[in-house]
Amino acid sequence: MSIVKQAKGFWASIVLAIVFSVVVQLLINGGQLNAFYVNTLFLIGINIILAVSLHLIIGITGQFSIGHAGFLAVGAYASAIITMKLQLPFGLALLVGGLAAAVAGLIIGIPSLRLKGDYLAIATLGFGEIVRIIFLNINYVGGASGMQVSHLTTWPWLIGCVIFSILVIVNFTNSTHGRACISIRENEIAADAMGINTTYYKVTAFAIGAFFAGIAGTLYAHNFYIIQPTNFGFLKSFDILIFVVLGGLGSMSGAVIAAILLTIISTYLQDYPETRMIIYSLVLIVMMLYRPQGLMGTKEITSLFKGRKSVKGGVQDESKHTVA
Amino acid sequence: MLNIQNLNVYYGNIQALKGVSLEINEGEIVTLIGANGAGKSTLLKTISGLIKPKDGEILFEGQNIAGKVAQSIVKKGVSQVPEGRRVFANMTVEENLELGAFLRKDTKGIREDFEKVYNLFPRLQERRKQQAGTLSGGEQQMLAMGRALMARPRLLLLDEPSMGLAPLLVKTIFRIIQEINDTGTTILLVEQNANMALSVADRAYVIETGRIVLDGTSDELNQSDQIRTAYLGGH
Ligand SMILES: Nc1ncnc2c1ncn2[C@@H]1O[C@H](COP(=O)(O)OP(=O)(O)OP(=O)(O)O)[C@@H](O)[C@H]1O
Ligand SMILES: [Mg+2]
Repeated sequence: MSIVKQAKGFWASIVLAIVFSVVVQLLINGGQLNAFYVNTLFLIGINIILAVSLHLIIGITGQFSIGHAGFLAVGAYASAIITMKLQLPFGLALLVGGLAAAVAGLIIGIPSLRLKGDYLAIATLGFGEIVRIIFLNINYVGGASGMQVSHLTTWPWLIGCVIFSILVIVNFTNSTHGRACISIRENEIAADAMGINTTYYKVTAFAIGAFFAGIAGTLYAHNFYIIQPTNFGFLKSFDILIFVVLGGLGSMSGAVIAAILLTIISTYLQDYPETRMIIYSLVLIVMMLYRPQGLMGTKEITSLFKGRKSVKGGVQDESKHTVA
Repeated sequence: MLNIQNLNVYYGNIQALKGVSLEINEGEIVTLIGANGAGKSTLLKTISGLIKPKDGEILFEGQNIAGKVAQSIVKKGVSQVPEGRRVFANMTVEENLELGAFLRKDTKGIREDFEKVYNLFPRLQERRKQQAGTLSGGEQQMLAMGRALMARPRLLLLDEPSMGLAPLLVKTIFRIIQEINDTGTTILLVEQNANMALSVADRAYVIETGRIVLDGTSDELNQSDQIRTAYLGGH
């Protein structure tokens, strides 16, 4: 029963996504969308990938990672080397960007995730900064002045990557692996006692999250004409973190909605960076006061359309099964 | 079934278990009694593979499982109910139980065990769609026990199941422990409530600062003056 329901929603959203992307492509071709809107749309796509990838690490697995821009940077630079230095195709750059970030994720994740506690937060914070400083000091990739990158990110690549990352992460979340990850978030000691290999699942989720951040990095690098280490500072990590926290830890739709809203807000405010930070902070404060669980709590948007009786008294309806 | 020889466990430089030896025969309920910090939880965690011992042997059905990963020990048939009712708070009762069977693939057997657990704890069946975090303390303890049973263990390790429960509920929990044992599951029961523990156990060990200081049948320990003054609040 619930599988059929799920499948329906699944195919409906796929069809919707395809229709949407074809329409957008037609609008771009016809010139009805000006450069500002196109650029905002691309940024939204990239930020959605960043949001869902961090959502897997923080929202699903409960591991506090605060250096996501580091993976974005690794993906951006690795892919730029592929296309610009080696003149290889963009598709390969996407793959390499993702894999390079995933490897970086393993290097950070394996030692710090074996330990219980907040080591990951410290390690990822350090990692983000170290990556930035490394790129700052490598002349091969332009040092502080950055690296020229061709504009290769097209709408089909972008929307394809967005759909792909959402599909992979939704499927992972609903799989046995996903359940293991959620159980770690819920109670790591109990998960251990059930014989769940918590280190393995934490590292896996972390590496998958890093992989998609690397994909986002590739799209990001090839969407502008230059990448510089300053694009990948702590503030960038913080922006991504806000998507996940604002959306509601544990809700992927929440993270996506937050990514869309905040990207739109910040593109309109890009000429006033101070104002942007003030507005961000205000939004967060208001959120903490009135909706500390985030926009969506741990619910998914699909559950809003299903049985409404569920909410009271903590009694769950059956379809909630799939939800984190 | 379980035979522990000379187990030494350290936290950094601090030795938490000092040459512990202990034996459990198939079908028994054995209880481990001791004060706070004596090393009871440490021993359970070491058996279930969550802590690695420095040296010593843990033979489970003849195989040395000391230092093995938790996953393989659960698969061999040892399952632990951790201290302090650690349920998966934002999951339903049913999802918690499913996770207890995480390492199993036999769908049919899992379904049977759902029935068994619900028979043992009818309260859990009534509340199977409820979030575990909203259960009462006693219900959470039942859930933690049910979840461990979903691994279909032959040896069940219980860490202070009566902690923080009202006397009536403690009685219920101990009756259920007896029932679980009657269906053929061997039990190692860690308790501070020595009275109740000795009432269900066949044999008992007393642990003090990492050392086993006394052991015997429950009747023997019930008679022992040392035990009566130290653990039974006796006269
Ligand atoms: N992770 C740890 N790191 C360092 N020391 C620890 C750790 N866990 C336990 N200990 C120490 O080891 C000793 C035994 O602890 P353990 O938890 O096994 O006691 P216990 O008998 O279960 O006590 P209680 O009845 O209070 O649960 C204590 O002195 C405790 O402080
Ligand atoms: Mg203890």
